[in-house]
Amino acid sequence: MNRRSLWELGGPTLLILAVPVAGSAMSRALQLQARSILVTTAIVVALYLFIGNSGVLSFGHISFVALGAFAAGLATAPAAVKPTTFPELHPILAQLQLGNLTSLVLAGLIGGVFAFLVGIPIVRLSGLSAGIATFAVLIITNNVLRNWEVIGPGAKTLSLIPTTTGFVQATVGAWLVVVVAHVYQRSRFGRVLRAAREDPSASRAVGIDIQRQRLLAFTLSGTLAGFAGGLLAHLLGSINTQQVFLDLTFLTLAMLVIGGIGSLWGAVVGAVVISTLNSFLAEAERGMNLLGIQFQVPGSTRLVAMGVLMLAMLALRPTGLTASRELAWPFFHRNAEAPVGDRIPDPDAPG
Amino acid sequence: MRFLQTLIDALALGALFALVAMGVSLLFGVMRLVNFAYGELMTAGAYALLLTKDMATPVRIVTALAVTMALAALINVILRPFRAVPPTTSLIATFALSFLLQNLAILWFGTQGSAMEFLPDLNQAFAIGEVRVRWITLASLVIGVVLVATMALILRRTDIGLQMRAAAADFSMARVLGVRGNWVILVAFLATGFLAGAVTLALAVQRPLVTPSYGFNVLVPALVGVVVGGLDRLVAGTMGGFFVGFATVMLGQYLPPDARVFLNSALFTVVIVVLLVRPNGLFVRQTRGYERL
Repeated sequence: MNRRSLWELGGPTLLILAVPVAGSAMSRALQLQARSILVTTAIVVALYLFIGNSGVLSFGHISFVALGAFAAGLATAPAAVKPTTFPELHPILAQLQLGNLTSLVLAGLIGGVFAFLVGIPIVRLSGLSAGIATFAVLIITNNVLRNWEVIGPGAKTLSLIPTTTGFVQATVGAWLVVVVAHVYQRSRFGRVLRAAREDPSASRAVGIDIQRQRLLAFTLSGTLAGFAGGLLAHLLGSINTQQVFLDLTFLTLAMLVIGGIGSLWGAVVGAVVISTLNSFLAEAERGMNLLGIQFQVPGSTRLVAMGVLMLAMLALRPTGLTASRELAWPFFHRNAEAPVGDRIPDPDAPG
Repeated sequence: MRFLQTLIDALALGALFALVAMGVSLLFGVMRLVNFAYGELMTAGAYALLLTKDMATPVRIVTALAVTMALAALINVILRPFRAVPPTTSLIATFALSFLLQNLAILWFGTQGSAMEFLPDLNQAFAIGEVRVRWITLASLVIGVVLVATMALILRRTDIGLQMRAAAADFSMARVLGVRGNWVILVAFLATGFLAGAVTLALAVQRPLVTPSYGFNVLVPALVGVVVGGLDRLVAGTMGGFFVGFATVMLGQYLPPDARVFLNSALFTVVIVVLLVRPNGLFVRQTRGYERL
């Protein structure tokens, strides 16, 4: 591992480590917020692995988060109460009882398998069509999860999930996701996909199977999203379908766009900075005391603020806070290699 | 008789969805933009009707139309930086704008729905033979047919219509030939604002409960129609919208209740299949060198 690679991974690692360090010094409510920042970071990085490297937009990744969350939740909720709360639930699911770590692995597996199956048709699309098709995936997943009570709690809330996502699991989980994303983008596969993003025709000409590479990234990113969903279920202790639907899709996309859609550093910065702001506003919506002044902002202020920030960023600086660059060694060799992703990648743009 | 009744309801919802779809494809034709925020135009119209609850009906109608058109003009200004960007970026932008507007509505009005009571008398039915038709069904049909026809006439017979078609076919070439780009885009936005207002008026009678996601819930199925029909062409997109509205009522009536809840899944599966198999849309002849509007 050379110095640049070390720095590219080290920056996000330090930022992730800063969250529990700062969070553990705070009040109980804020500690929960800090853990939720870490889980959100995991989701955003999972999202980045596909969107950032392939340049194809996906509104559908929260489906994988949802599946992971329900898989982990159902696998660990007490088997004694499941059949009575959810009478329609399939017996295998009702009796399933896994340990905490196994349930996270299961969440990742389910997310990955589903992403692979969905990805087979979806990776053929790009640009606008991909955006709409992945949006369709999100709606379909939500519709099925909400109404098919054999595979999940349906429209009800699944509760009594053990809240095992403490600082340790949240930090390690988020960091693992970052490591996978880093290793992937430095690997042969990640580089090939980025090449395809920058110039589809040229990469086809040198024999790259773009769809195959996209499918690999989609599956990997779905696995991470499912895993992050498992962390989310164990963080909240209860989950319903509306918590993993449009709002979360919007929030995570906003974080990715604001941080910088084309780099891992951008994804982590966006997730940490924006979810910190988000947590702050969420506290303010509940009423808070800042420097001796008691104040409260009306509910949904934070989503309005996110919307404004996201639009402003897209209009004024579409490459995000980090200019979609990886963190560079600040002292010398700056920009030794041409940075990837100076613009929001678009495979349909006339080359 | 039951069938005839359902058929008429299906035609009426189809007509309304066709109007929404027409607004979406009009804008896409001229601007290459899928406007998620289109739903919020309808929401704004609905809230205008709510706020003017105690006023005379003509005042309410004019206010609602004025509000939707004004918001459309405002959206035009907000989306200005996104005219020359890749479609992916503009799609995220309108998604963000839609979310922003929905949450502004939550901020001002709360998530609880309020009843706006717009011409509730139109929900009463009159009988033709054994079939009972609600007045609003008839009104929706008439509004739908008249507006689609008017829009088609404007596009075919007027100067601004010609300019819009030119801009849709090749925006930069049209500008070179003297079409004022900004003006054409503004007119397209105002037209979609007017269409959204008209749809809101018809919807308000039947669905008087206005919530922040009022318009979004209508936009989503209409968007399905536009994509399935053919995003790129006004007639095809409008037909797609009609088709989805029609199918929703028909399937809702004849599917068993267990299956009915999965209607949305079925619709969106059709979207994915169409995008894969006939990405230009079902109602579009697969030829090159066409006009978009």
